[in-house]
Amino acid sequence: MASKKHNEVVIDVDERNELGHPLDYRELNEKIRGCISSGMEKVILKGVTGQRYIASAMDDPDVKIDIHGTPGNDLGAFLNGGTIEVFGNAQDVTGNTMNDGRIIVHGNSWDITGLAARGGTILIRGNSGYRVGIHMKEFNGSGPRLVIGGSVHDYLGEYMAGGTIAILGIGMEEDVSPVGLSVGTGMHGGRIFVRGAVEEHQLGTAAHVLPLTDEDWEELQSMIEEFEHAFGLKPSRCRDDYVKVGPLDSRPFRGHYDKTNI
Amino acid sequence: MSVQTVVRLPEKYRPVVDHELCLRCKKCVRACSYEVLEFKDDRIRPKPGCVACLRCVYECPAQCITVKEMEPQFAHHAVFDPVLRRSIIAQSNSGGVLLSSCGANVEYMDIFSHLLLDAAQVTNPSIDPLREPVETRTYLGRRPGKVTVTDDGRIDLQSSSTPLVVMDMPIMIGHISLGSISYNAQAALFQAASELNIVAGTGEGGLHADFYKHSKNLCAEVASGRFGVTSHYLKEVSSVEIKIGQGAKPGHGGHLPGEKVQELVSQTRMIPLGTDALSPYPHHDIYSIEDLQQLISVLKESTEYQVPVGVKIAAVHNVGAIASGIVRAGADFITVDGLRGGTGSAPRVIRDHAGMPIEIAISAVDQRLQEEGLRDKVTLCASGSIRSAADMIKCIALGADVVGVCTAAMIAMGCTVCQQCHRGMCTWGIATQRQDLVGRLQTPVAAQRVVNLFRAWNEELKEMLGAMGIDSVESLVGNRDRLRYIGPNPRIAEILGVKHSGEGWG
Ligand code: SF4
Ligand code: SF4
Ligand code: SF4
Repeated sequence: MASKKHNEVVIDVDERNELGHPLDYRELNEKIRGCISSGMEKVILKGVTGQRYIASAMDDPDVKIDIHGTPGNDLGAFLNGGTIEVFGNAQDVTGNTMNDGRIIVHGNSWDITGLAARGGTILIRGNSGYRVGIHMKEFNGSGPRLVIGGSVHDYLGEYMAGGTIAILGIGMEEDVSPVGLSVGTGMHGGRIFVRGAVEEHQLGTAAHVLPLTDEDWEELQSMIEEFEHAFGLKPSRCRDDYVKVGPLDSRPFRGHYDKTNI
Repeated sequence: MSVQTVVRLPEKYRPVVDHELCLRCKKCVRACSYEVLEFKDDRIRPKPGCVACLRCVYECPAQCITVKEMEPQFAHHAVFDPVLRRSIIAQSNSGGVLLSSCGANVEYMDIFSHLLLDAAQVTNPSIDPLREPVETRTYLGRRPGKVTVTDDGRIDLQSSSTPLVVMDMPIMIGHISLGSISYNAQAALFQAASELNIVAGTGEGGLHADFYKHSKNLCAEVASGRFGVTSHYLKEVSSVEIKIGQGAKPGHGGHLPGEKVQELVSQTRMIPLGTDALSPYPHHDIYSIEDLQQLISVLKESTEYQVPVGVKIAAVHNVGAIASGIVRAGADFITVDGLRGGTGSAPRVIRDHAGMPIEIAISAVDQRLQEEGLRDKVTLCASGSIRSAADMIKCIALGADVVGVCTAAMIAMGCTVCQQCHRGMCTWGIATQRQDLVGRLQTPVAAQRVVNLFRAWNEELKEMLGAMGIDSVESLVGNRDRLRYIGPNPRIAEILGVKHSGEGWG
């Protein structure tokens, strides 16, 4: 059962029902929503074993969800506010179409982390999978920020229309690129900062290595700072260690089509 | 040194002015956003490029313009018809993928015209819908599968796990996004849906703040670009639809060119000004039915199970099996969009050559779901060139609960199906974001015309139901025995599960 401490509540997700099952996601999310609406500011989930969709569409900017164990796919989908901190690994589609808020993972997150996010912050201490940060976009001068401490696989930032991704390559050999192939394929907005090299052959269509401006460096530093603060790690602070990948054009497929009236 | 490689194509249409009657008011010049008409040497003179949108004809106070379709200038050839030759010349000019809009412009099997409806005679009396009730109310959402009767003898609609959306007629206005059409046009469609108490699709561009007042009559589209999709929006509307595909361009994504992404569209889609709005071809979180189940589940979770969640697919060859997977993945309704369905922009090669007609697709889905015992769980919506009440009625008899209509609603608002939507210069103020053009569409007028059209269709539906001796549209759903085939290919009848004309009942 949920135990309470001031404005804090613990939910034992692994508590078994009469059939021997742990809480399923629907029950769990109902409980979380119940706790939040009764004024809880911190909800601690213990023994999470792959329950999906945790804290999806959470609104309250002052609420914090701590997750011990392994949350399932679509953690914090459509998130509008609040903080989710995972003391373990996250799975696929963390922060799907996220609007605002923060997701902090003290481990790895797998594929499509930050899919179509348009705001908020995602910090991953370890590595992430394929198609990370795909189709992130920015709007009204603010965009999503995604920081991965280690490395990612192919198709990082595909279709990206805005926002910022930083791949810090912590713990990797200096001559090993922390990103895979097809980086920024079809990107038409936003920027990707990578510690270490990004070779020409790693770039996808429409993505280019661009000069890192003072403004970029300022933003990257503030992202690194956030990362340091979350995990106590020290990524490189040397400007020359970082490469910027971005689009040259906000309309990469101009000229692809012919509008002649046949 | 650049070489001149562009070859001019012969004109397709030409406006012809009767200079005797012309008042020289130049209204036509202003009307034509394609800049075909100019006033020179005291006369209106045409330049090439007329698309036969007929706006000049509409605006001319002297009614002295006619638009002439030009005779094909090419020498006759039975295989390389003028359209093929024009395509080849254009592509040799540009090297580009040919783009167009509206639905498939080839004569792919209009099967509706090969189907005949039944009527009551002698042994089953017909019903006069003007004097007796004929029910056209339709529900959108997951069906309970079986009917539960409450203690006081009433049917319990709440036995379904998700709420049902009630519509007064089996018509939905399909998904047309803000961006592909103008603010005024979308406002008119939404207003019409509210007035008719039916549902209109938002398209994938999110929902403008002004339109929340219609939200209970709206179905929000979640497409691969996730434009403007927030949980607040999804909770407001009556239903949510995941768009996997569109009949006009199965397997293709969306591409709203940057020039259409102005302030209004940027705000609603929540994307930067002036950038291309690219919808990825697939949803990158969906590569399997299991993945689709996840997106359905996360949408239900995020809307706290308050709205039905459906899935829209383009009619493709394996549509029956895919639909079965979609029901099993938890969808509350399925929309199947046929080959001839409309679009604001699509590559011609896909528009004209990929997919299957809605008649076959909806019938295949209905039969497959029946075979698997799944049909009574979901609402089936069929779209893709439902052009008249007759098409609607036949489509329902082939297995649809609801039909989705777009092009006919656009025509009601003024569209002449000139197929230039992708150019963004629609002279009728529909498929454009140019303020000078948008202002031409008066929302209340357009809304009223859409209301009139669908009221008329619904009356025709009642007339036809009455003539068949059926008192509720639900009893027509999948009722193939009231259809007969009269076309050239009896194999189609077999696939539809429809008898040939001349074959009796039983
Ligand atoms: S308004 Fe339309 S029909 Fe008239 S000339 Fe221009 S393109 Fe042709
Ligand atoms: S609108 Fe009609 S009357 Fe006026 S200038 Fe044009 S052709 Fe003449
Ligand atoms: S919406 Fe406008 S541009 Fe598109 S077909 Fe209709 S009249 Fe032509």
